[in-house]
Amino acid sequence: MTMRSAFLNAGGIGVFLGLLGLWELITRFGLVSPVFLPSVGDTFGALLEQGKDGSLVRAVMGTGGRMLLGFSLAALVGCGVGLLIGLSSQARHYIEPSLEFLRPLPASAVIPVAILLLGLTKTMIISVIVFGSLWPVLLATIQGIKSVEPRLFEMARTMELPHRTVIASIVLPSALPDIFSGLRLALTVSLILAVVTEMMSAETGLGATILYAARSFRSPELFAGVVTLGAIGFGINAMMEVAQRHLLRWRT
Amino acid sequence: MRALILPLSVIALWEAVGRTQLVQSDMMSKPSDIGLAGLAALTDGSMLFATSQTITTALAGLLMGSAIGISLGAWFGLSDLAGRLSLISVEVFRPVPSVALIPIAMLVFGFGYGMGISIVAFACVWPTLIVTQAAVREVPRELMEVARGLELGWASRLFKIVLPDIVPNLFTALRLAAGISLIVAVTVEITANPLGLGYALVVAQETLHPATMFAFLIWIGLIGWLLNAGLLQAQSRLFGRWSFAA
Repeated sequence: MTMRSAFLNAGGIGVFLGLLGLWELITRFGLVSPVFLPSVGDTFGALLEQGKDGSLVRAVMGTGGRMLLGFSLAALVGCGVGLLIGLSSQARHYIEPSLEFLRPLPASAVIPVAILLLGLTKTMIISVIVFGSLWPVLLATIQGIKSVEPRLFEMARTMELPHRTVIASIVLPSALPDIFSGLRLALTVSLILAVVTEMMSAETGLGATILYAARSFRSPELFAGVVTLGAIGFGINAMMEVAQRHLLRWRT
Repeated sequence: MRALILPLSVIALWEAVGRTQLVQSDMMSKPSDIGLAGLAALTDGSMLFATSQTITTALAGLLMGSAIGISLGAWFGLSDLAGRLSLISVEVFRPVPSVALIPIAMLVFGFGYGMGISIVAFACVWPTLIVTQAAVREVPRELMEVARGLELGWASRLFKIVLPDIVPNLFTALRLAAGISLIVAVTVEITANPLGLGYALVVAQETLHPATMFAFLIWIGLIGWLLNAGLLQAQSRLFGRWSFAA
């Protein structure tokens, strides 16, 4: 069984390498113009070049820094406010429907509003990222608190547990799985918004890099940027997966 | 009723601040002006035209992306081998942010529908693929054994056994993808593509028409909300009993 599993994993990597090979073959035989699709070699060459002259690090730091700052603020505010709203059924009745209306709003649609109010500044970028990634955390926190078994609250009342204990040992542990999926979604959203706002504001970062590369038809640099963004997306996904498994291991 | 108190008081406060002209600004606009601007954009047809462009992009991308996602998901779900072998490639390509493809699509298609549709399609492949694959894998083993016993070919196995079992999951996948398609379509228009609601929003901002800009923003929100609420309603109508039966 483990032999078979190892074999299948190797096969999976083989399939992936095969796809890369197919990409290389397509460019080798000139099936697609190199203006649109650079070869694998050219793409990773450009990536190496960007790594050497330091532009890759600058771009990753720019995009990643703004993404993490926006995400952390959104996570703090989202969990805090979510806790306040979720714990009071009164507040929930008043506020939740408005939140449900805002939820499906494309976060990128507030970018023009933010540009008009704040200009093409770093503050604008961070505000947009916070605004966009706030909803997933906020709504997930409220949802998580709603799903706490009501008998646990009754029990806490009979035991006359203080408010702080109720939150720390009943509400948060039960709501954690929901909060975590909210955080995961928020992280994805914050990466997307960091890239989009850079494209619009020309702030140093991967979004601006790839847009410039496309405008000047430098496809290897463009694809190198997309590969980097894919790697960042893959990295944060994997990190969240590990954190989730670690934090929620008591559930199984 | 209680749901309306918060939005109504925000609107009233906003209007009051706008009327007293405490905050004098070219960039803000009061709700009554926004309402009038929205009405004007609706009656002169510009809003509906932009809406039709955005919906066309979203819908075409949704159809293409989910067709690919559902077919691949069914394949990877039915065949254990295909599922395992594709796993790493799916995990590598899935986290690529769809907006990163905007410059590539710009290069390949230029401005226009092709660019928007291709990016929406890419974004819709992944949720439909994942949900379909998981659903196909959970088709009861007994059913698959019956199919084997009856010596059904792969087509009748797919259409007579698997498909009826996963219809509710397919609807969930399409509902998720539909929400994503609208978001991505608007995002592409805002970032690069001179089409549709997103572009109208950017034009209103760049020409300093805040009332029109807010009207478009609220309109986009309304469409998103209606789409979401409508599909949820349809799902509980169509498959409400299904989940009890399972």
